[in-house]
Amino acid sequence: MKTRRDFIKISAAGSAGIALAGGGYFSVVKGSSAAEKTKKLYDYGSSLKRTPTYCEICFWNCAGWAYTTEDGKIVKIIGNENDPHCNGRLCTRGTGGVGMWSDSDRLKTPLIRVSDGEKQTYREASWDEALTLVATKMKEIAGKYGPESVALFNHGSAGHHFGHLLKAFGSSNITAPSYAQCRGPREVGFAATFGVGLGSPEPTDIRDTRCLVLIGSHLGENMHNSQVQEMSDAIDKGATIITVDPRFSVAASKSKFWLPIKPATDIALLLAWINVIINENLYDKSYVEKYTYGFDELKNHVAAFTPEWAYGITTIKPDIIRKTAREMADAAPSVIVHPGRHVTWYGDDTQRTRAIAIINALLGAYGRRGGFYFKDSMSVPEFPSPEYPKPTWNWRDTLKGKYPLAGLAIANGLVEASIPEEGKEHLIKAWIVAGTNLPLTMPHKDTLMKAIQSLDFMVVVDTMPMEITGYADVILPECTYLERYDDLRLSPNREPYIALRMPATQPYAETKPAWWMAKQIGEKLGLSSFFAFKDIEEVLDWQLKQVGSSLEEMQRVGVKKFDRQAGPLYLADGEDYEFHTNTGKIELYATEMAANGFDPMPVYTAHPEPPDGFYRLIYGRAPMHTFSRTSNNPNLHDLQKENHVWINPKVADLWGLKTEQKVWLQNQDGVVSKFPIKVRVTERIRWDSVYMVHGFGHSDPKLSRAFGRGASDSDLITNVMVDPIMGGTGMRGNFVTFLTEEPGKEAAL
Amino acid sequence: MRYAMAIDTRKCVGCSDCVIACQTENNVPLGYCRDWITETVDGSYPNVEIELRSERCNHCDNSPCVRCCPTGASHIVEGGVVLVEHGLCIGCGACIQSCPYDARYSHPEGWVDKCTFCNHRVTKGEKPACVSVCPTKCMYFGDLDDPDSEISNALKNRKHKVLAPEAGTKPHIFYLI
Repeated sequence: MKTRRDFIKISAAGSAGIALAGGGYFSVVKGSSAAEKTKKLYDYGSSLKRTPTYCEICFWNCAGWAYTTEDGKIVKIIGNENDPHCNGRLCTRGTGGVGMWSDSDRLKTPLIRVSDGEKQTYREASWDEALTLVATKMKEIAGKYGPESVALFNHGSAGHHFGHLLKAFGSSNITAPSYAQCRGPREVGFAATFGVGLGSPEPTDIRDTRCLVLIGSHLGENMHNSQVQEMSDAIDKGATIITVDPRFSVAASKSKFWLPIKPATDIALLLAWINVIINENLYDKSYVEKYTYGFDELKNHVAAFTPEWAYGITTIKPDIIRKTAREMADAAPSVIVHPGRHVTWYGDDTQRTRAIAIINALLGAYGRRGGFYFKDSMSVPEFPSPEYPKPTWNWRDTLKGKYPLAGLAIANGLVEASIPEEGKEHLIKAWIVAGTNLPLTMPHKDTLMKAIQSLDFMVVVDTMPMEITGYADVILPECTYLERYDDLRLSPNREPYIALRMPATQPYAETKPAWWMAKQIGEKLGLSSFFAFKDIEEVLDWQLKQVGSSLEEMQRVGVKKFDRQAGPLYLADGEDYEFHTNTGKIELYATEMAANGFDPMPVYTAHPEPPDGFYRLIYGRAPMHTFSRTSNNPNLHDLQKENHVWINPKVADLWGLKTEQKVWLQNQDGVVSKFPIKVRVTERIRWDSVYMVHGFGHSDPKLSRAFGRGASDSDLITNVMVDPIMGGTGMRGNFVTFLTEEPGKEAAL
Repeated sequence: MRYAMAIDTRKCVGCSDCVIACQTENNVPLGYCRDWITETVDGSYPNVEIELRSERCNHCDNSPCVRCCPTGASHIVEGGVVLVEHGLCIGCGACIQSCPYDARYSHPEGWVDKCTFCNHRVTKGEKPACVSVCPTKCMYFGDLDDPDSEISNALKNRKHKVLAPEAGTKPHIFYLI
C-alpha cells in the first residue's frame, strides 16, 4: 500500500537532486511560458492513440483501451465503458498493466541452456534455432514414449495456443494450477449440487443482493473487478454483509457481522447454519419442494449440528450463529453465500463448498435475483482445423482411480506423473510451461523439484524471468498482452460479450506472441494443417464474421454485446426447470458423491491445530498484486514492495516482536523462508494464526525489484491435505514459528 | 464554482487504484505520489474497526501553501483549485513545510508537485483520473455551488468530516463516514 511513510522517505532522498535539476531549469523555461511548461508535463493532449485490449494481469480479463504516444510508448490503460467485467474502471493491477510492458527486466530473446561440463548457463538463440530445438525434442520424446508424455502447464491466454499445439501433437495432458490449487473444489461442490460448476466470472448477482456472506473470501483485497464494484453497489443499497474470517479483512470491516472463526472449522459453522435454517423453518419451502432432492436426509443429517455444538468448535457464539442465519433468511432469495475463489484449504474443500451450495439452495438463491443468475456466453466457432488425434492415455489414467470427480486435469497429478517409479505405466517426460510460475504456485516444493529434475526436456514461455524459467532447457520470450493479438475473450456474464485484444505497440526486443510460437513449432512438427492461417488476424476475422461482426468492427469498439441465447436470467415463479444432476433436481443429498463412495452430505472433520509456539499460516491477496507475476512490475511494486507477516499484538508481546522487524519463518517440517519478512503487529489477525500476502519472496536475482523482497508462502507449504474427491491441494495446514536471527545454512535445509 | 471531493469510507477498500491512475494520468515519476492511502485500525481483536482513506491535496480555501509561496507559483484558479506553476517554482519547499496534509513533494526535476484535481481533465468536463477509475465508486467530485451536483448530494445525505480541521485551512476533501 502506498503510504505516506514511503513518500516522505523518498522525497527526502530526492531533495539532494534539486540543486542539480535547478541548474538546468531556467534555461529550459526561457523558450516557453511557465504555463505551457506546466501543461506539457501532465497533459498528452489528443496526440494519444487508443487501441482495444483486455487485461492479462488476472483472469478477470477486463476490457480496456491502451493509450499510446506517437512513438509507441504506452502511457495509460483505461477500462472500456461497455465491458461488464469492469464498466470502464480497471482495478489497481489493470491500471498498472503499463508496468508489465515497461518492466526493464523482461525476457528479450530466446535462450537455450548450455553446459561446459561444470557450469550451466543460457545462451541467446535465434527464434528458428530455439523453436527447431523444441520441435526436435518433442519428436524425439514422442518417438520414445509417445506424444502423451509431453504435458502443458498453463495459465492465461498463452495456454490456448499451446493447448491447440499439444492436442494436434497427440497429448491432452494439459493442466492449469488454477484448478487443483485454487478454484477446483468449488466447481465440483457446486456441480454435485446444481449440476454445473461456477466458471469465471462467478454468476453471483451481488449487484442486487440483500445479503452477501463471505467465507474467508476477501473481496476488495482480491480485486475481482466487477464483484468488488457490485459489492460496493450492494453496500450503497444497504445490503448486509456477513464475513467469516480469522482475519479482520477489508470486507469484514464493511460487514454488519464479522465472525472471527477459529481457522479450519468452517464446515461446523455451515452445518449449524443449515441446522438453524431447517429447524427454524427459515428455508424456502416451495423452492425446496419443487427443485431439490434429499431434504429429509439432510434434515436428519444436521439434526445434531446445533449452534451449541458448533460453538465449541468454531468459537462463534450460538446466538450469533442463529442471528446470522435469520439475517440470511430475511434477505432470501436475494442472498449469496459466496463460493469463494481460492478454496484449496484443508483437503475437505469440496465438502465445504457443498455445504455452501446447500445453504444457497435452501434459501432459494440459485437462479434468483440477488442470488445466482443463469450466465450466458458467446459461442464462436473454432477456425477450421483437422480432428485432433486420439491420445492413448491421459492425465486421468495416471491417477489410477483416485480423485474421481476431478473435472479438469490436476497439476499436482501431472507433477507426480513426471517422477519415474518402478512399474509406472504412464510417465510424463517433457513440460511446456506457459505463463505460470510453478515454484511459487505449487505446494510441496520437493516433489516439484524431483519432477523437474526427472524431465528430459522443459520449455518455458513467459514475459519475465521467473523461478520456473531458471529450470528450463529453452526459454521462449513472450511479448506482453499489450503487444499482441490473442484469442477473443468469450467469458460468461449476464449477457454474452466478445472482447478483442490487439497490439498497442510493437513487441519489445525479440519477443513474440504465443500463437506465433505455437504455429511455428506446429509447422516444424509437420502439423501445418492445424495452423492453416497466415496469422491470427485471419483467424479472428473469420471467427468474428461467423457471428456477424468483423475484426475491423472489433478494432473500433473493443467490446461487443450480443443477445442472450440461454433463456431468462432468473427462474420464473413456479417454472419447471431440470438441473443437470442425476436426479434432475438440486441435490441436497449428492448422488454422484454417494456413487463414488464419498459422504453424500458434508461432515465436519477436525483438522490438526498448531503445536505450541507455532501459528497457522494463512495467506491471501493484496489488491495491487496478482500471484507472483506482478511483484516486479515497476508501477505495482511502487505501491507494495514486499509482504509483511501479520501478527496479533498478544503474540508479538510474547515474542518481543515489533512492527517492521525482520524475522524468518520456520514451518512444522523445519523449512525456513529463504528471505526474512517484516512483521506487522496488528489487531486484524487472530492470535492462533499469522497472515501474509502471497506472491513475494522471489529468489531469481534477475527480478531486480522483487528479488529477496518478503517471503514466499509457497516455500512454507510442505504439508498438503489432498481432497480425495477431486485432488485439490489443501494448503492451510501449515504452521510457522519465528526466527529472529538469520538461521545458519544447515538449519535452512 | 467551488470544486470539492467526497470519499465514502464505507465503500473504499484501499486498493490504491486512485494512486496508480493518478501516476499514469499525470506522469508522476515512480517513487512519488500525488495521492495515497491511509489505514487506521482501532480497537482490539475481535472488536476492531478500520478506516481506509484516499488522501491528497485538500485544495483549501485558506491555503497556507499559497500564502507562503515566495514566487507566486502556488496559486488558486477557477473553482478553488490550488495549482503550482512549475515554471515559477524555485523548489524552496516552504509550501511543503506549511501543508498540514503533507500533500506536496519535490519533483526530481526541481519543482514542487501535488494533486491538481486533474484540472486538465476537469476543464474538459471529465472527472479527475482517481474518481473515474475507482472500482468501488467511492469518490464523488463536483461543484459545491451547484446544490444538485453529485458532491452536494453526497454531503447533504451523509455524515462527513474533514482532516485536520484544527488547522483552519477550510479543506475541500470530505470523508463520508
